[in-house]
Amino acid sequence: MALDDRSKTRDFKVIGTRPVRPDGIDKVTGRAKFGADATAPGMLTGRVLRSPHPHARIRRIDASKAEALPGVKAVVTRADFGEVPEDVFDILDNCMAGEKALYDGHAVAAVAASSPAVAKRAAKLIEVEYEPLPHVTDVDEAMKPEAPALHEGRTEETVPEGMSPNVISRVQFGHGDIEAGLAQADRVVERTYRTAATHQGYIEPHACLASMGPDGQADLWCCTQGHYLVRNTCAAILGMEQGQLRVTASEIGGGFGGKTTVFLEPVALALSRKAGRPVKMVMSRSEVLRASGPTASSSVDVRIGMTKDGRITAGFAELRYQGGAYPGSPVDMGSMSAFAPYDLENVRTVGWDIVTNRPKQAAYRAPGAPMAAFAVESAIDELAKGFGLDPLEVRLKNGADEGTKASYGPTYPAIGLMATLEAAKSHPHWSAPLGKGQGRGVACGFWFNFGGDTCVSLNITPDGTVTVSEGNPDIGGSRASMTMMAAEELGIPYDQVRTIIADTGSLGQNEVTDGSRVTFAVGLATIEAARNAKREMCRRAAMVWGIDEEAVVWEDGAARPSGPNAGEHPPMTLAEIAAIASNTGGPIAGHYEVNAEGAGVSFATHMVDVEVDRDTGATKILRYTVFQDAGKAVHPSYVEGQFQGGAVQGIGWALNEEYIYGDDGVLQNPGFLDYRVPVASDLPMIDTVILEIPNPGHPYGVRGVGETSIVPPLAAIANAVSEAAGVRMTDLPMSPPRILAAIENG
Amino acid sequence: MRYEAPTTVDAAVEFLASQSGDCHMLAGGTDLLVKLRSEMIEPDAILDIKRIEGMKDITAENGGWRIGAAVSGAEMNEHEALCAAWPGVVEAVGLIGSTQIQGRATLAGNLCNGSPAADSVPAMLAADAIVRIAGPGGVRDVPVGEIPEGPGKTSLKANEFIASIFLPERPARSSDAYLRFIPRTEMDIAVVGCGVSLQLDESGKVARARVALGAVGPKVTLVPEAATAIEGSTLDDAAQAALTAACTSAASPIDDKRGTIAFRKHVAGVLGRRAAKIAFERAGGAA
Amino acid sequence: MSQIHVTTSINGDQTEFLCEPDETLLDVLRDRLGLTGSKEGCGTGDCGACSVTVDGRVVCSCLMLGAEAEGHDIGTIEGMAEGDKLHPLQEKFLQEAALQCGICTPGILVAAKALLEHNPAPTEEETRYWLAGNLCRCTGYDKIIRAVMDTAEDMRRAS
Repeated sequence: MALDDRSKTRDFKVIGTRPVRPDGIDKVTGRAKFGADATAPGMLTGRVLRSPHPHARIRRIDASKAEALPGVKAVVTRADFGEVPEDVFDILDNCMAGEKALYDGHAVAAVAASSPAVAKRAAKLIEVEYEPLPHVTDVDEAMKPEAPALHEGRTEETVPEGMSPNVISRVQFGHGDIEAGLAQADRVVERTYRTAATHQGYIEPHACLASMGPDGQADLWCCTQGHYLVRNTCAAILGMEQGQLRVTASEIGGGFGGKTTVFLEPVALALSRKAGRPVKMVMSRSEVLRASGPTASSSVDVRIGMTKDGRITAGFAELRYQGGAYPGSPVDMGSMSAFAPYDLENVRTVGWDIVTNRPKQAAYRAPGAPMAAFAVESAIDELAKGFGLDPLEVRLKNGADEGTKASYGPTYPAIGLMATLEAAKSHPHWSAPLGKGQGRGVACGFWFNFGGDTCVSLNITPDGTVTVSEGNPDIGGSRASMTMMAAEELGIPYDQVRTIIADTGSLGQNEVTDGSRVTFAVGLATIEAARNAKREMCRRAAMVWGIDEEAVVWEDGAARPSGPNAGEHPPMTLAEIAAIASNTGGPIAGHYEVNAEGAGVSFATHMVDVEVDRDTGATKILRYTVFQDAGKAVHPSYVEGQFQGGAVQGIGWALNEEYIYGDDGVLQNPGFLDYRVPVASDLPMIDTVILEIPNPGHPYGVRGVGETSIVPPLAAIANAVSEAAGVRMTDLPMSPPRILAAIENG
Repeated sequence: MRYEAPTTVDAAVEFLASQSGDCHMLAGGTDLLVKLRSEMIEPDAILDIKRIEGMKDITAENGGWRIGAAVSGAEMNEHEALCAAWPGVVEAVGLIGSTQIQGRATLAGNLCNGSPAADSVPAMLAADAIVRIAGPGGVRDVPVGEIPEGPGKTSLKANEFIASIFLPERPARSSDAYLRFIPRTEMDIAVVGCGVSLQLDESGKVARARVALGAVGPKVTLVPEAATAIEGSTLDDAAQAALTAACTSAASPIDDKRGTIAFRKHVAGVLGRRAAKIAFERAGGAA
Repeated sequence: MSQIHVTTSINGDQTEFLCEPDETLLDVLRDRLGLTGSKEGCGTGDCGACSVTVDGRVVCSCLMLGAEAEGHDIGTIEGMAEGDKLHPLQEKFLQEAALQCGICTPGILVAAKALLEHNPAPTEEETRYWLAGNLCRCTGYDKIIRAVMDTAEDMRRAS
């Protein structure tokens, strides 16, 4: 789908305004129904029993005492699931352990009972005999040949022989000659950078309500980023036909990638199947942290060479990511994105996917990219400052632009990196004075943005209002964006359109809400569905007027005769055409189904000022500005919100958030008390500058904006802290003890 | 499990005496309900003291202030005279948790919980607070330092509860301060806490000081060497340095998820110095 | 376990309920009274999504027993609007897009309303510290803080 010719100069009527979102009233009055807010007649409470061991063979499970407890209606273990297709085996094994428990918190059994209190007592009565095994939670330790092995036979052909079975795969990207490039450099920085695992930290714990009847038909209500994926995955795990399982997405209380898979849903369905009653399951916060998917921790070696005038002669990075107990860390995307903002002659990245005794990672906002950007952007900053060069100028000198061959392969069309750098350079923040003990950092970030399978149905009601049905849960205002795009395209007021999220029975397949794809891909499908509806409305008008369809155009919400042979007819509005639809051929709707391509890549530059207390190692964020290309900002408030939210998640990752495992392999901070997400008093306002370099692949030029904003902050803050503290920080989080130790060690 | 909410101290004592199982006291509940939820405790009974007469009162007494065991942090911080008399104790209580926690959490609960990192305890210890305990034999008063015995442990007997805490009369030219270190600006447990209470003589020198540290040992402790380090001084650089060294030296913390030994020892010194300066200025001292 | 009979006022309506002795006020509101606007994000008082007022003071309903509500006035998000008239904070949150997913929004609105009743002219710092116990993971707090302060200004002008 190409950018409309006129979109560059087009005078949008709805796009770019800031209307109230359609689900707004429900969300400020407590009426909105989230995952845990559903009930059903005869509903039971489900509860999971979890492994206290980081690695243990499950010798035996005896549920007889639990089953004998009055009020207990079903107990399930892995034995209640049959053989499953290979592509969902790990997902099932993560939802319910098979031969081994692979991490602290791994589900080993579940119970459904008449009340939460009975379920709690019953779970304690399930006897599990474990044989504890040695464990490993650190990524570099797990790679050592002598490390305890989680799996055997999972290593892919890309991995050289002799490595630990925990090393699952190796990827490589790049072009040119690294050693030749480094030889041209006046200085080479070579360092290792580490980041801790962090959690998406959505405030709403996972929750679902499952109901399966003896006829095999089932309904599932859950908070998810993709109910079609939930349907397909659960159907495969439970041996059902996809059409027999209808999944309805509740309102979703945050996801950030963490709700793009299943945890409770197959278990709740299995319990419901066994008990013959609806089963509701809700995770506690501790379960969310122990057993849902955080992101990978990483260890990254970087070598970058630069000439004294700031030209990067070569860039190399070797990335090691652990993605928990199963293959699939986002090291591939980290390796692809590490040098994506730069136009380099010699560039290479090598990535290793490692398993450890931690929960299976799930996507977290631009999965894999922030850690890679942290390493590369830190090294570039160190080189620039070492030569006394302006770090923005160095980035402008090496930055990617239209026609650049990206480090991961493709050649870029029109992109916005340079625009963000220029905007940063001319912003008052860049020239504002800094005080004693303060530092300023900048960094760039990149994200691919996704498209994918998308289905939209746009219906014209008899009274001339419009309903849009789409299949992607609204995680931060996307219903408003779809409503706006439909209204823009149809030439009618925003209030005349209502967008809903349809269940899996009502539309075809839809890819999950991921990859910043929704405003781009669902938006594109909404626009095309509206165009199809417009064509049909023009046809109806032509029929009424007795002229050729080709002689009717749609303008300002009405069909109008156009061209030499159209004749004189007063325009027919959408409402007028809708009113007579029954007499002109029946109901009118526009549909669009596509595997959307052309999601424009996205770039951002972040700028941050910090102050470091040299006596305690505490960092205060003083000022923060985000410069990002949105292609075209549909609803600027929600674009700003994505920029701000991503930046603040990045601040948490940079300063205080981390999964802390003890020597016993048990997670020590499974709560919001010690898993420290930023609170309101930690932060300044987050200023935003929206750049609009139209995406050639979308009719209005829209690019995804959700993920790029978490990519630069880790490095931007590290660069600022390093300047303020006078010492280069290479390990995240830069918690006060770590900064103080770095200052003391010089 | 039973829930009881008696209206008199006698009824509460009688109920406690009648309990053979595990009975927990409920005032603000901000620690108790977390323990219930995480199944750290499974009590047979909960005794809610909030309906007992006097438990929600802040009362002037002999020039000092008596604070009922169910008075919340927010209520203390809204009491102007109490804030003026014991700013350090009040600010310490005010640091416990969020606005929501402040609506419920109490000074007595913070003490009973037995956490070495309890924010109000170093401040109370520096303030020489006296704890009134109700039990089968009536009430008894003990210095606050005698209550904590180790992580989660106190000297209270199973049939006793704290009825009130007394902050003594504030002498002339004296004040107090409390500081803690946390990684964020709010919502964390103290990694180190330090309470300082001091009195100046007529020449503006520190006549008497009490310095207490939290979160750097199994229980909150007084650091007499830190007090000695500043007594007789105008908190000049040398005195501050001696105080810093005394606090660092007295700290015997552990490495855990909240901080390292080296970090805590260092920060104990930093906070001791900073809190002393605040208390000194509040008392009218001039450097 | 015998249940406790509690008489209380919720959003101005006299309400009676039975609850277990160890049942939290949050569970009573959500599971017994159908008031699911108060959310459980943590169950330990660390996120503020369950914020309600008790006699006008904002507390975490996950850290209070249902039995303790006896004789008190409880205020929840469901009682914030008066009929079809939204509270000025609710209006402002909509106008200024001060929510993304909306799960923290009820707790933040309840806490922010208590702030403005307590302090009609809060500074940015006061607003940030008052709301520090209400975690929001989507917005970075920027638009929330602005919306609360803008509402305070509107309400001061109107009074």
